[in-house]
Amino acid sequence: MYPKELKYDREHEWIRTEGDVATMGISHFAQDQLGEVVYVDLPSVGDTITAGDAFGEVESVKSVSELFTPLSGEVVEVNETLADAPETVNEDPYGDGWMIKVRLSDPAEVDDLLDADGYQAFLAEEA
Amino acid sequence: MSHGARTTPLFEEHIALGARMVDYAGWQMPVQYSGIIEEHTAVRHGVGVFDVCHMSEFRVFGTDAKAALNRIVTNDLDRIDAIGSALYTVMCDEDGGIIDDLIVYHSGDLEYLIVANAGNRETDWAWLTSHLPEAVEATDESDRTGLIAVQGPKALGLVGELAGADWSMPARFTLSEASLDGIGVLVARTGYTGEDGVELFCHEKNTVALWRLLLSFPEVVPCGLGARDTLRLEMGYALYGSDMDRGVDPVSAGLGWVVPRTKGEFIGAAAIHCIRSAGPERKLVGLTVPEGVPRHGHDVLHAGGVVGKVASGTYSPTLGHGIATAYVPAELSVEGTRFRIAIRRKTVEAIVTKPPFVKGTSLSASGS
Repeated sequence: MYPKELKYDREHEWIRTEGDVATMGISHFAQDQLGEVVYVDLPSVGDTITAGDAFGEVESVKSVSELFTPLSGEVVEVNETLADAPETVNEDPYGDGWMIKVRLSDPAEVDDLLDADGYQAFLAEEA
Repeated sequence: MSHGARTTPLFEEHIALGARMVDYAGWQMPVQYSGIIEEHTAVRHGVGVFDVCHMSEFRVFGTDAKAALNRIVTNDLDRIDAIGSALYTVMCDEDGGIIDDLIVYHSGDLEYLIVANAGNRETDWAWLTSHLPEAVEATDESDRTGLIAVQGPKALGLVGELAGADWSMPARFTLSEASLDGIGVLVARTGYTGEDGVELFCHEKNTVALWRLLLSFPEVVPCGLGARDTLRLEMGYALYGSDMDRGVDPVSAGLGWVVPRTKGEFIGAAAIHCIRSAGPERKLVGLTVPEGVPRHGHDVLHAGGVVGKVASGTYSPTLGHGIATAYVPAELSVEGTRFRIAIRRKTVEAIVTKPPFVKGTSLSASGS
């Protein structure tokens, strides 16, 4: 449910870093809470995002949640398939359900992220 | 569980099924089990069951029951002279404001069964009892009545199988008694989904047994309030509190069809007649929203200005886009008129569409 090789934050995002590029999506917990996703509103390639800001929205039949980024940088890729198949976020949140890739402007921000154990501990407190 | 919220006889069943519960009109109700879209789809293509025990049931009896009730509701009870037949109606106050929408079943010779919204139980009861003459008896049977809806193209087949070969399915908008595996029920061929199906009334002590009996069929899917809302809005069925309230008359709310012009005197008749003659200033319209999910309260814009607010709004699982209703100025209510809806940081297009948004359901096929 929470792959060990990924990092997480308290807004229920998962982060995979390869060099200075980070891929982000939402965790199993987040997609389960939302229910069946019907729309994903993502930024455009070229947009600058800043740690702590909302970069988009994910919407289900009954609710809308903002997507917050824990990392700053430039959006270099956006998962276009989510426009036609938003339910991919529920079916494969860590794989095909990825949302954006960001070229990091401050790689040190990655140090503030939680590992899988830390995220699960956070979830246990939340509940 | 919320302090003070009521529960239906099926509460523990929902918990055991892993339902996500929500507070609705003072009741703890299941909003979804496996997922709203999955449940919605089950009703459109198979069979789903809904716990609707929270709804209100009142019975009215006596020689003068029909005449007295006919002065309270807008629709004409002459239409349901046949015992067992039913109709949809509203009841209004003297200004034509809608108190509730309800179904009236001609359940016995001098008897009518009224099914009304859960959230209006106290108001409706007070209104009925204060307007019925002494000679007409009324009882509030809500607490002793269980109600489960069975809806979808496969619903009638399933209920028919349970009722046995000697029993025949009543016509649409009619009720009849049946015994389902020994459980006595009133089978009403009515519903709120746009699919054919029934609503089963039982004694509240038999509700769990009836629910489990229905769920013993593997194709039956338990459905919550989330799917109930997407299903009814796809059909353009009104929801009290969302599409209409005490502040609106039936003509403006698109419910003029339950206020026949030929009917005699009833509460609100004069006010409604005035609005009809002058033409309503605002009308409830259906809106197709190709991108984005409209929700209750979102502003509706025309030529850059706010002209109304979304009444009901959701994502339509069948159509794959947003649908809504909204009150707009009557002169802008023509089909095809384009508005914009303000959804958080942006505006999206909305086009006036005459409901139902979804056509070709099993109910439309049966010719009703």
